[in-house]
Parts: sequence; C-alpha cells; structure tokens
Amino acid sequence: MNSRKAEILVGGFVVLAFAAGLMLALKVVNQNMSGQSETYTLNAKFDNIGGLKVRSAVKVGGVTVGRVDSITLSPKDFTPVVSMSISKEYDQFPETSSVSILTSGLLGEQYVGFQPGFEIEGIENLSEGDYIEDTKSALVLEDLIGQFLFSKGQ
Amino acid sequence: MNWLASIGKVTIGKLSSFGRATLMLFGAIVAKPQFIKNVPLTIKQIYAVGVQSLLIVVVSGLFIGMVMALQGYTILVGYGAEGSLGPMVALSLLRELGPVVTALLFAGRAGSALTAEIGLMKATEQLSSLEMMAVDPLRRIIAPRFWAGMISMPMLAIIFSAVGILGGHVVGVDWLGVDSGSYWSIMQSTVDWDKDVVNGIIKSIVFGFVIVWIATYKGYDSIPTSEGISKATTETVVYSSLAVLGLDFVLTALMFGIE
Repeated sequence: MNSRKAEILVGGFVVLAFAAGLMLALKVVNQNMSGQSETYTLNAKFDNIGGLKVRSAVKVGGVTVGRVDSITLSPKDFTPVVSMSISKEYDQFPETSSVSILTSGLLGEQYVGFQPGFEIEGIENLSEGDYIEDTKSALVLEDLIGQFLFSKGQ
Repeated sequence: MNWLASIGKVTIGKLSSFGRATLMLFGAIVAKPQFIKNVPLTIKQIYAVGVQSLLIVVVSGLFIGMVMALQGYTILVGYGAEGSLGPMVALSLLRELGPVVTALLFAGRAGSALTAEIGLMKATEQLSSLEMMAVDPLRRIIAPRFWAGMISMPMLAIIFSAVGILGGHVVGVDWLGVDSGSYWSIMQSTVDWDKDVVNGIIKSIVFGFVIVWIATYKGYDSIPTSEGISKATTETVVYSSLAVLGLDFVLTALMFGIE
C-alpha cells in the first residue's frame, strides 16, 4: 500500500464525512429561527396550555413565524405565561391580535395559532415584551367529555 | 478460605490489567506526544481503520434505514401518521442506531484487526526490536492507531446516519408513497442540531475511544502465541461490544433522560 494512494483515499473519506455532515445540517436539522434571523419576544397568558411545549411552533394561517421560548407560571395569579420569539420579518401585527392553542390533526402536537387583528387607526403594532390580551386556551379533551356527560344528565 | 483468595486474585488481576491499560494509554498519547511526526502514520491508519470500514458501514446503514422505514410505515399508516416516518427514521438513526450500530461494526471490523495486528507484532517480537532501536512502540505503533480510531469513528457514524436517512427515503417515499415534502419538512421541524446531531457525535467519539483503547490494549497485552492472539481478538470484540452497549445507556440517560 503506497502512502500516496492511502492519502488520496483518506482525503475522499474525509470529504464524504463532511458531505454527510452537511446533508444532516442542511436537510435534516431544522433551521430554527432563534439561531439565524433576529427575533422579538411576545408574551401571552393562558388559563390552560394543554400539551404545549417549549419549541412548539407559532403559526399565522399555517405559516410558522416563531417558536415558544419558555413556559412559566405567573406567581401572582397562577396562570401559565407563554413567551414566544417571533421572527423580526413579521413585526407588523396590530395590538388587537389574538392567540389560541390549537392541535395539528386529531392526535398531533399542539401549536400556538396567531390571528392578526384588524388594523384600526390609533392601534399600535405589537413590539418586544408586549402581552397579548386576547387568548384562547387549549382544548382539553377530558373537560369536553365531562361537559358532554353533564349536559346529557340534565 | 480458598474461595476468598480466588475472589481476591480475580479482583487484583482485573485492577492491574486496568492499570496497565491506563499506563499504556498515558504513555501513548499523553506523555511526550509527537503530533507532527505522527500525522503520516495516522493517515495510513485512518485508511486501514476508517476507509476500509466504509463499505460495511454504508451498506448496513442503507439497509437499516430501509428496514426502519418499512417497519415504521406499517405501524404509522394505521394511525394515518405516515408523514411522521421521516422524524422517526432520522431521530432513531441520529440518536441511537447511528453511533451504536457503527460502533458494533467498527469493533468487529477494525477493533479485531487492530488487536490481531498488534498481537502478531508482539508475537514476532517486532515490538521488542523497536525498543531495541530506541523507538517507543507506544508512540510509534499505538498512538497513530489510537488517533485514527477516534477520528474515524464519528465520521463513520455521520455517514451511517446520512445513508440511513436516504435509505429510509428510498423505501418510504419512492416505494411506499409517503409524500417527499412531508418526509423532509416534518423531519426538519423535529430534529435539532445540538440536541440530536451533536449528542450523537459525542456518543460516537466516546465509543471510538473505548473501542480503540480496548483493541490496542488487548493486542499489546496479549500472550504472544497463536492461541493468545485468537483469545485477545475475541475478547476485544466481546468487551468493546459490551462496553458500547452499557455506555450507550449511561450516555442516553445523561443526554436525553432528564429534561
């Protein structure tokens, strides 16, 4: 085995490994928003977040505009506070916007659905750190079944 | 009293062989390292250890990805969730199967060859002749093989995962008719670079370290007869497979267990 040939083959091996790593980086891994583009943070209080998790998507009409950054419990009134990082590309949402926790598919994962409000004169756009007032909680299946049974019993 | 003495003998034997292994590692890579001088030797060893393991790694990666797509599809399609085939294949390959299966193949393909080579060098007294010529066999023989194994192993694991994901694509999308867009896009929204890919690479580096350590030590410490070399080669494969599987549990628990 002359060393020239070994060197060429090792070089090919290294290139192959880099190509595989590049493929993983570009095609397999999510290009998350927090790493690449600039983001700003919005907060929302919910009564119940259901199965929402950190890194769940925030979608406007099905388009992902951001991700859930953290989920904490407000120490004052014991309601969950969800903070979301939204891409700076989409910073034109009016203050009358509302958010709700939705489920993709029947058994899919939960995400934050963001409905932009109407642009009316005198209403400002949402900016860094704002709280979204109008929120709708997650649909908890057990509560629904409970209500259904209760209404049947009446 | 006899059984107590035999327990003591076994314990002392194990401990002293562990100590010799650590001393060998120390002498080979920590004490007076010669990185520049070792580069050509290491490249030659990467050829022997890495490039020659490429075929078995690529072929088994392809087939494992294909089998996983096939098995996953038959179960997921029952829930109408065949779109989740992509993340299932990618996550199991990147987190577990990539590092672990590559490590097992690596132990069988490269580890056993290392042990046999070094053991035969010892049996034919090549190691002693090196010492006679004032060349440290630890630095000349062990160190390049060690670095070559540690460099090759993560690269092989990355190639394994990438090929497996492509194999899953071939079966899932081209054969079974899962939508190509959802295969890639749901995979992209689920797989995380730091959490999944980097942890898999860390795993494979640890496995590479353990396998080459066991392989070089078993060769270096083998009884210099044909019987001794065959025993050392077997022990390399058995011990490094067990070490990889045991360590994999510990590493998984540390990386993914607690959130």
